[in-house]
Amino acid sequence: MDNLIINEGFPLLSFLIFFPLAGAVVMLFFSGDSFARYWTLAVTSITALFSIPLVSGFDSSTAKFQFVEAHNWIPRFNISYILGVDGISILLVMLTTLIMPFCVLASWRYIQKRVTPFMICLLIMETSMIGVFVALDFVLFYILWEFMLIPMYLLIAIWGGPRKIYASIKFFLYTLVGSLLLLVAIIALYLENGTFFIPAMMWQNYTITFQVLAFLAFFLAFAIKVPMFPFHTWLPAAHVEAPTAGSVILASILLKMGTYGFLRFCLPITPDATFLLAPYILWLSIAGILYGGFTALAQNDMKKLIAYSSVGHMGFVTLGIFILNPQGLQGAIMQMINHGVTTGALFLCVGMIYERTHSRELAVAAGVGKYMPWYVTFLAFFSLSSFGFPGTNSFIGEFLVLAGTFRDNIPLALAAIPGAVLAAAYMLRLLQRVVWGGTNNPDQSYLVDLNFREIITLAPFLLFVFWIGLKPQPFIDLMNISVVSLLDQLHSWQQQGVAMTLR
Amino acid sequence: MAILPELTLLTGALAFFVLSLYRQLESNQLKNTAVFFGFLTFIATLIAVNDQATIFFESYRIDLYSQLFKLMIGLGLAISLVFGQHLKDIEESVRPEYYLFLFLCALGLMMLVSSVELITIFVSLELSSFALYLLVPMRSDHKGLRVQMEAGIKYILFGVMATGFMLFGMSYIFGLTGSTYLHEIVAGLQSAPQPAALFALLMVMAGFFFKLAVFPMHFWVPDIYQGAANETTGFIATVPKLGAVALLIRIVSLSSGEGMFLIYMLMILALSSMFYGNLSALVQTDLKRLLGYSGIAHAGFILLGLLTLDPGGYAIAMYYIAGYVIMNLACFLVLCNVSQQGENLAIEDLRGLHQRQPVLAFVLAVGLFALAGIPPFVGFMGKFMLLTGALEAGGTQNLIYLAVVTLAAINTGIAIYYYLSVVRTAYTVDPGDSPAVTVDGLNKAAGIVLVVLIILMGALPAKIVAIADTAVKSIM
Repeated sequence: MDNLIINEGFPLLSFLIFFPLAGAVVMLFFSGDSFARYWTLAVTSITALFSIPLVSGFDSSTAKFQFVEAHNWIPRFNISYILGVDGISILLVMLTTLIMPFCVLASWRYIQKRVTPFMICLLIMETSMIGVFVALDFVLFYILWEFMLIPMYLLIAIWGGPRKIYASIKFFLYTLVGSLLLLVAIIALYLENGTFFIPAMMWQNYTITFQVLAFLAFFLAFAIKVPMFPFHTWLPAAHVEAPTAGSVILASILLKMGTYGFLRFCLPITPDATFLLAPYILWLSIAGILYGGFTALAQNDMKKLIAYSSVGHMGFVTLGIFILNPQGLQGAIMQMINHGVTTGALFLCVGMIYERTHSRELAVAAGVGKYMPWYVTFLAFFSLSSFGFPGTNSFIGEFLVLAGTFRDNIPLALAAIPGAVLAAAYMLRLLQRVVWGGTNNPDQSYLVDLNFREIITLAPFLLFVFWIGLKPQPFIDLMNISVVSLLDQLHSWQQQGVAMTLR
Repeated sequence: MAILPELTLLTGALAFFVLSLYRQLESNQLKNTAVFFGFLTFIATLIAVNDQATIFFESYRIDLYSQLFKLMIGLGLAISLVFGQHLKDIEESVRPEYYLFLFLCALGLMMLVSSVELITIFVSLELSSFALYLLVPMRSDHKGLRVQMEAGIKYILFGVMATGFMLFGMSYIFGLTGSTYLHEIVAGLQSAPQPAALFALLMVMAGFFFKLAVFPMHFWVPDIYQGAANETTGFIATVPKLGAVALLIRIVSLSSGEGMFLIYMLMILALSSMFYGNLSALVQTDLKRLLGYSGIAHAGFILLGLLTLDPGGYAIAMYYIAGYVIMNLACFLVLCNVSQQGENLAIEDLRGLHQRQPVLAFVLAVGLFALAGIPPFVGFMGKFMLLTGALEAGGTQNLIYLAVVTLAAINTGIAIYYYLSVVRTAYTVDPGDSPAVTVDGLNKAAGIVLVVLIILMGALPAKIVAIADTAVKSIM
């Protein structure tokens, strides 16, 4: 327990987890659509406000878990309720809490039927998402990880588009089946260690067979969630059919859970297997980057285009993680945040067009720039950010990842470069069509520009695009020590292993 | 007053016997009496939960183990009487008899969980079984197809056959040990020749595998579930399984020494039940058949707890069956209320339930997600602990246990599809011209109580498993 800093005062993390849940329970007893909207906005905003002390009280000079709360839960199997954040998870928690109020705002008019259940689903999602990032007990993690499927399934299946039933069941089955073996791996790890406490499982001497099996079980679960090529096929379907808020949550937060899982579990629990299998995963990442880019280039559906671009962007993240050096890892975490901000914003933009034209077709949205100048201004910045234009946030992330890759493996880096070019190609194509279109644009004169609520929804995203883009150091400082210590341990582990074999 | 629950049930049964002698009966009064006795029984089990006694020449023991099972039987009976209030598909003229046999069946089950002697076990089991055999054909015969008769005949024939296996096994046990008392049998079987002892145990277990619907003894399930009235099926699918698990634990714990063969046997049965149940459930359209096949799969999961041959594993099996009964009651509560005239429901008939009756739709969704094993519901916790317990029993290095646990986990993945397709119908399909569903306050309250139980048992299992642990250790 020496790597924990116990939180004696206000149980901040428990509050962040259970406050949205309590808000959802309260909503069961009230009816009225506008009550549901304002109430959910209030609850998510309060959660966001309460997450700020997390950053201000965070000690970025240590790699220990902070704000830790520990209680016995099921003593028979040594299962505890343990929460804590470190440099890797804090940014993701912040991302979650800050994005949720804007998801509510984005659903203000978009969701017209069954508003109360929708908002309850959103709040339950928030509970389980925050929980996944702060859980330090594997059973607690797994429970929240799986539980999330129910509200997300309902979000897609009830409020989704025309093929919602297909998409939602595909999403549910894919993710659930992927994590079944994770459960077996968790139980096996428990039997090795006698506890479900995650830090106690790290850096232990497991046999290499055990490590490889556990790694593969982890990999299946997390690669589906990321999603890595070739496990990505559920993503476009789910993204396209989900309502705007669902797409934003999916893109900004859910996908990060996969890469978070790689960082939190694969690297420290199965280090030998990581070294053994990293080369294959790196090339899978390259495949994802290129595949995502080329497929996005051919899409006519805006949501699908962005969904495939996610496959490419997440490829950069896994590339950064498994290159196993500080730049790569920092870049990967930055890219996780950036992708959350930028892609979330892009999905919001598509949702705003969809509310007006009731279509996601690129051709239908052609040439709206003339009538919606505010809208295309936002869209332009987010598109630039999406392909990593210097000065925007994604540039920092992609640059760090590529710099890390160049340091260790030049062929790999060269293979990843076309991905960046492809990103520019498909995003500029999207931007050109939407802003100017061609000579045969449909009549867009009925469109009204963004209203105040929509501007409020998008503006914070823009703030973060430039904040991270121009001054990334505070963000990197938050995670730096955790990343460095993770890699130090990993490499010293490797040297130990080499020393062992030499002897 | 250690046998207060049994006496209450007996009083209830006799009351209905007297009532059945009258020709003119208010069906309202009848159902109120039934619900009243149902709750009275539940209260009696609560009062008697801490009693200890050994009576009837030591063949009948009242301890924490038996009282916990009686508590669950009492709860199951009360809830199934609540959702079975209207007995939509049972003719009014036979309703007093229906209740009479229902109470007798519950009485038999309560006696069963307290019996510690072979003859007593047999008598109690037959009391509960024969009452059930009679309940099945009591359904009204609207279409003249007599499906309920077919179901009844099948049930009695298969049931008698299973009893035959059991008696055969019991005769071996008596022959090998010269006693019918379980505690003497344990000692006697230690020195008995192994193949014969094992064979005897398996034969006796076969009788209870039939009740629990474990793989080779499962084939009665779909037809009887479908042929019996919804309310009857709701009872058959839940309460008798408690008795079966209680006795299976007692019998498995008789085995000693050379356990490996028994363990492999149970593994094979567990996996075949899971695969058979889940794969068959995938293609069902009738809701009761679907729940029946899902019950076969869940029986397989319970065997995972038994094959640890360890009190810890038995305690988890106890926890799991309690959870299973509650989840299944929740589903049948919805099913009985949605069915308009007591007809069988296809999955299609649930379409748009969220609009027709939001509370029931919610209860159904929670019940099904719990059965599917999605956290944080009791179904997940039960499965998780069963898998952990089974893997713990074998150790990680034992590939056979690892394979069994992995296959069991994969089964959860197969199962999710059919549960999800029911939820999907209830939540995403338009109701169309489906009739509105009316549900009374008592049913709603029962549904909400079940949902709360499902969530609480799933979120805070530590206490319950600890109690079950003490109970199981007390019978070892």
